[in-house]
Amino acid sequence: MTLLADVGLERGPLRVRAELEARDGETLALLGPNGSGKSTVVTCLAGLLPPDTGSVVLDGRTLDDTAVGTHVAAEDRSVGVVFQDLLLFPHRSALENVAFPLRARGLSAADARARSDELLERLGFPTARVHARPGDLSGGEAQRVALARALIHRPRLLLLDEPTSSLDVRARSEIRPLIRSILAGFTGARILVTHDPVEALTLAHRIVVLEEGRVTQSGTPEGLRNAPHTSYVADLVGVNLFAGRLEPLDRGTGSVVTPAGSVVVPWPEDLPSEPVDGVLAVLRPSDVVLHTSRPEGSARNVVHGRVAEIAIEGERARVRLAGSPPVVAEITIGSVGRLGLREEGQAWASFKAVEVSLVLP
Amino acid sequence: MADLPRNRTPLVITALAAMGILFVALPLAALLVRAPWSHLIDELSSSGAWTALRLSIEVSLAAAALSLILGAPVAWVLARSKIPGRSVLRAIVILPLVLPPVVGGVGLLAALGRRGIAGRWLDAIGIQLTFTIWGAVVATTFVSIPLVILAVEAGLRSLDPRFEQAASTMGASRGYVLRHVTLPLLRPQLAAGLVLAWARALGEFGATITFAGNLAGRTQTLPLAVYQARQTDPGAAILTSLLLVAMSLIVLVSMRDRVFAR
Repeated sequence: MTLLADVGLERGPLRVRAELEARDGETLALLGPNGSGKSTVVTCLAGLLPPDTGSVVLDGRTLDDTAVGTHVAAEDRSVGVVFQDLLLFPHRSALENVAFPLRARGLSAADARARSDELLERLGFPTARVHARPGDLSGGEAQRVALARALIHRPRLLLLDEPTSSLDVRARSEIRPLIRSILAGFTGARILVTHDPVEALTLAHRIVVLEEGRVTQSGTPEGLRNAPHTSYVADLVGVNLFAGRLEPLDRGTGSVVTPAGSVVVPWPEDLPSEPVDGVLAVLRPSDVVLHTSRPEGSARNVVHGRVAEIAIEGERARVRLAGSPPVVAEITIGSVGRLGLREEGQAWASFKAVEVSLVLP
Repeated sequence: MADLPRNRTPLVITALAAMGILFVALPLAALLVRAPWSHLIDELSSSGAWTALRLSIEVSLAAAALSLILGAPVAWVLARSKIPGRSVLRAIVILPLVLPPVVGGVGLLAALGRRGIAGRWLDAIGIQLTFTIWGAVVATTFVSIPLVILAVEAGLRSLDPRFEQAASTMGASRGYVLRHVTLPLLRPQLAAGLVLAWARALGEFGATITFAGNLAGRTQTLPLAVYQARQTDPGAAILTSLLLVAMSLIVLVSMRDRVFAR
């Protein structure tokens, strides 16, 4: 099960050129800012927009090849798409929405309903709500219907276009584990389109970064974080990530304990005061302050260590501190000179607890 | 939070509104006042009003259906195709809305009359429209069809085409998408077009009398019956008119939620 795509598309002023490969059992994230051409690529892979140049091959079957004029129409492809704004049919109930791909393929109404019922239940959709119209569904419910509708006909390619962007923060943290388990259980190629670096870093095996229609970097989340090629990538995926166990500390704070050290974080408001496993703490490098001596101040987190790397990107420098835990700071080139930082030297990093944001499992 | 008191309506608006309402209601009230109620049954049956009513219902329903069947595809072409000269085409098909219906009747005679440019071919295969109920349906459809076109085109323009695209990624053929996505989503506009066309068809006079003639029992719909009675029996004209008022009122009330409340 592999998707191989190398397509060129022109949409108004935007020229998109993207090379993608989603291998066996792998989730590929297509990460980029708004207007970078991500949705155009999804539209093309779904078969709704033939590429101007290039080819799309899924499991050895050529879906598009401009060299020989091949274009397989959307309805003849085996894709499941979750659209950015879901596009649930407003005139059909939740159940009828999920059954649509089966009915369109000629399955009997009874069989289609039975299968849809079963899948909705498996995705945690409340049984009593299956006859509700999309307009009456909550964000999380609508998202489950959209996911079920994309999966019901067992497609060979799963396309998730910003699957959580329509949700509020609470519903998002509720849907993310579901998406994670769906992605893990899906045997075909899967592509996750997102502008959210945390989503890409936590859900994908490999990431392709699209900027202004061009792929500026691709690789594993680890590779991208360690060596971002552009300032956009550095900004987005060059975040500090600490994965570990969240333990209550003093009033209003907690500690994310990782094998490489721990980080003090604000305790989530409505979370009971008990340890939580599998928590991610995210810290932007620009929120980290560097010092050449032990800092005095209110910051709860202070890390001491060796300066492992100073990478210059334009006016900014990314400084990697091999402390416990390791921390990346982003400062101006001027600050590097003022502090007299050099690789292999010693430095302190500090950051406030409130600057660390948490992603709960 | 308490509701704020409504702004008081200015006196001048109240006065003009009262005049406006009176202007429309007075002739209707006059019909009720002047109607020879004591001869209700005699007058209506002797003047052939019942036959005209039946014909009116048949002709207007057929015309509304025909307007929908032909008008909706025209709306599709206007809203979604990229053919050149679309705005000219739209002006042409909407024209019957503003044209005096008698002009439409004259045009239909020239086109589909027995010696008309297309009518002579119909005549050759034994189809005659003039002076038949089908002629009345054709003439009525001519004036009703723009209402369907306008309503459905507006509906198609406000329909997000991505619903149809999404459906095709789910394996739905174009025909399946049309039947199960496009048409259901267009239902309010299709219903509005149908009811407006029906209401317009019910009152049609000029094109029908010009093209189909005024033959009692064959082409004489209610408006034509009123016109004829007016020349011989003013009392019957008033009663027939009231019949038409009642019919039209039923249509308007039945569509009020669907069409006006949106």
